[in-house]
Amino acid sequence: MSDTGCRSSLRTGTVDMTHGGGGRAMADLIEDLFHRHLKNPVLDQRHDAAVLEMPPGRLVISTDAHVVSPLFFPGGDIGSLAVHGTLNDVAMAGAQPVSLTAGFILEEGFPLADLENIVMSMARASLHAGVPVVSGDTKVVEKGKGDGVFITTTGVGVLAEGVAISPCAAKAGQVVLLSGPIGDHGVAILSKRENLEFETEIRSDSAALHGLVENMISAVPGISVLRDPTRGGLATALNEIAHASGVGFVLQEEQIPVGPDVRAACELLGLDPLYIANEGKLICICEATDASRLLKTMRAHPLGREAAQIGEVVEDDDHMVVMQTGFGGARVVDWLSGEQLPRIC
Amino acid sequence: MKYVSEFRDGSLARKLAKAIAQAADPARSYQLMEFCGGHTHAIFRYGVQDLVPENVNYVHGPGCPVCVLPVRRLDDAVELALNHDVILCTYGDMMRVPGTKQKSLIKAKAEGADIRMVYSTQDALRIARDNSHREVVFFAIGFETTTPPTAVAILQAKTEGLKNFTVFCNHVLTPPAIAHIVNAPAEEGEDPVRIDGFLGPSHVSSVIGSAPYEPAARIYRKPVVIAGFEPLDVMQSTLMLIRQINEGRHDVENQYTRVVTRDGNRKAQRLVEQVLELRKAFEWRGLGTVPESALKIRKDYSEFDAEKRFTISSKASREVKSCECPAILRGAKKPTECKLFGNVCTPDNPMGACMVSSEGACAAYWTYGRKREAAAAVKEVAV
Repeated sequence: MSDTGCRSSLRTGTVDMTHGGGGRAMADLIEDLFHRHLKNPVLDQRHDAAVLEMPPGRLVISTDAHVVSPLFFPGGDIGSLAVHGTLNDVAMAGAQPVSLTAGFILEEGFPLADLENIVMSMARASLHAGVPVVSGDTKVVEKGKGDGVFITTTGVGVLAEGVAISPCAAKAGQVVLLSGPIGDHGVAILSKRENLEFETEIRSDSAALHGLVENMISAVPGISVLRDPTRGGLATALNEIAHASGVGFVLQEEQIPVGPDVRAACELLGLDPLYIANEGKLICICEATDASRLLKTMRAHPLGREAAQIGEVVEDDDHMVVMQTGFGGARVVDWLSGEQLPRIC
Repeated sequence: MKYVSEFRDGSLARKLAKAIAQAADPARSYQLMEFCGGHTHAIFRYGVQDLVPENVNYVHGPGCPVCVLPVRRLDDAVELALNHDVILCTYGDMMRVPGTKQKSLIKAKAEGADIRMVYSTQDALRIARDNSHREVVFFAIGFETTTPPTAVAILQAKTEGLKNFTVFCNHVLTPPAIAHIVNAPAEEGEDPVRIDGFLGPSHVSSVIGSAPYEPAARIYRKPVVIAGFEPLDVMQSTLMLIRQINEGRHDVENQYTRVVTRDGNRKAQRLVEQVLELRKAFEWRGLGTVPESALKIRKDYSEFDAEKRFTISSKASREVKSCECPAILRGAKKPTECKLFGNVCTPDNPMGACMVSSEGACAAYWTYGRKREAAAAVKEVAV
């Protein structure tokens, strides 16, 4: 197929079974769509496996599958999300990501123009983060057996000596920092879901956090825990840490940043911002004496401008997360059960 | 947030707490039933119980729409979805409520039933328009708040000539339930439920007004205060109830005047009246069969009645043995008095409806109240 022929089919065509068949159609798709946009020296080696020079340090690997619906949402799409999500998982170990791989599962009938937009968005996110996509794979499933496109990315990074960040490392007396307002990603997605479209300016906070993490670790190498509160939100992430570390948390509701639009949308839909997903925020647990230095560092970074101290780690055999409400009472902030379902009245 | 945070103001809460503490007679206790799940939710989410004296107790009432739906009706919905090749549209709250043998709509969906979560009746109508070759059933549940939209959907379907849209109607009425609770004899081996007064429904009352509670208040000599769903609403209503109880009054008072009038929303009432009529009796989970406590679709609109269009024959329905949802819904037991609470029955694996909805007493206890219960238990042991 000539280059121009393939370009025009990219604009008008759809994915069919031949794109996963291993023949010329697949080769064209890989060449004209994936290689073209994700171009970098390692990918250009054209191995099935990427061969990399690694900086010194311990190896960190994380993999993440992305199945978001809708595929395009305010502030991002499945492509940028697949890059940010995995980079953040690597960064939460305190590591600096080096490279990414990507596996695409495409559904027969999916518009190639949409696929190109997704791959271009991945390319922009990867370029901006300074982490190349060095290897990939594509499979096609029959119509009705996928949801347009699923993307699995794996991130590889290196961890400097002396950094010992772990979800098991929180200790009573330490404090909890949050890098900014919660709920933007989940509410942006909800606002575009079928049945629920509402007018809002809220955009997903999807962003790669390893730059912020790098600054934080240089300011305070002894950070105990880093965690990005994605699915299940802040509440679920803190419950996970409470169990892993064998501690409890006491949060101050009035200190937890929530944007007015997110607050309003949650109020209308009967949802709790504490349980809404974020894709560009992190929780940091550190010694109380390091808190002000870390907050200053975080606030100096564009992704941590609204960082706040939201609570403290306490001894608690029940490993509960408790929140002092602005109203004057106390409530338990439990794990999310199943999916957060809207209340009917 | 403007017009919301004002009703959650901590300093006002402390002032009200002081007034409640002064008004409450230490020589007696006050058993106040908050009727609605919305109240239960506010009490737990904001820790209202922490702010009132120990002799003021909130008894959680049956006003959680998914909790009072009897298992048989839920089984019918599951049967409709699984065996009649329909698209069943339901409010999200209903998805995880367990029916007989723990079968819920979410499990039926996993078995291949076409079940769609909707946010309003308008979504269900749209699904019907978009799928003219499929039968679309709206699973209508809820109190008087959700009833007018159901009536409007049926009227719209008639106007549009939609042939594939029906409603499985399970709407229930609040005033008969309140009367039933104060009037019902205790179950065998159970203490009679002592209620000194009611925090009356808020959103329901915006539709029906405050007048429908007047007969029950008068006949059974129980004060009712229509209360909003914000925590300050609940606290102010608590103060109003305590004052009525102290003065021996049993009036219907309205704290929620920013929304509720004595007559309610006449237009909504007319729409409901046009399309729906009283059932002779309806089974409530927890309350048993309550006469004239629910609505069905009028004959003139029977073409939109799923119970007329489909022959639904769910098998013998059974609740989980030793699930205390019924007693909890009557206010006769607390969630922590149920053997299943917290071990077999949790929000991840609910045995009864009260554990599913965030408005359900068990889920609210689990989510917001455990720490307080645990602290209280520790205190008791210490004493």
